[in-house]
Amino acid sequence: MSIFGTVLIVVGLFFTAFSALGLLRLPDFFTRVHAVSKNETLGITLLLLGLIAHEGASLVSLKLALIAVFVFIANPVGAHVLTRAALRSGLMPWTRETKPATESRGGEAD
Amino acid sequence: MTSVLYGWLVLVIVALSLVMVYRVAIAKTVFDRLLAAGAMGTSAIALLAVTGFLFERPDMFVDLALGYALLNFVGTVAVGKYLERNPSSGEEDEA
Repeated sequence: MSIFGTVLIVVGLFFTAFSALGLLRLPDFFTRVHAVSKNETLGITLLLLGLIAHEGASLVSLKLALIAVFVFIANPVGAHVLTRAALRSGLMPWTRETKPATESRGGEAD
Repeated sequence: MTSVLYGWLVLVIVALSLVMVYRVAIAKTVFDRLLAAGAMGTSAIALLAVTGFLFERPDMFVDLALGYALLNFVGTVAVGKYLERNPSSGEEDEA
């Protein structure tokens, strides 16, 4: 059971690391939401499940499961609210032809 | 053996959070900042839970993680809805 939990924790950290990588490397806001919301949600859920597997059945495990369920619902909702606000306030998605004006003056390479 | 695992976990999660802090600092729009700050808050939930196991007091730190999860969600949704209703307030004027 402990090895199973450790494997779950390492896989969760893997997903979280890829959300940080996508946050650094992707070109505009919408692609970054795509990378972060899904990877971060799955990463923290797997990490909490791994901690539950280490702990065994107790009140702490119940609270960890509550956190996992809440994050699994709330994190996509938050990402959706943020993305809809960005789209309605006029932030245009990045395409091959049109670079967004918000990205053209930074230090990032084209 | 497991406390060594939790120690490394804390170090890795703090390193990932520092990457997200860097992203907040260099972001060009307010939505980028909110997204990176929300991701950092989600990592902080995991950091609180793991810290409880590292110090062998998970019963206290799990409550803190639960409260932080609620506050993180409410903060993101509140600022997102505000920016949706007042689009001009989200514009930043900086290099």
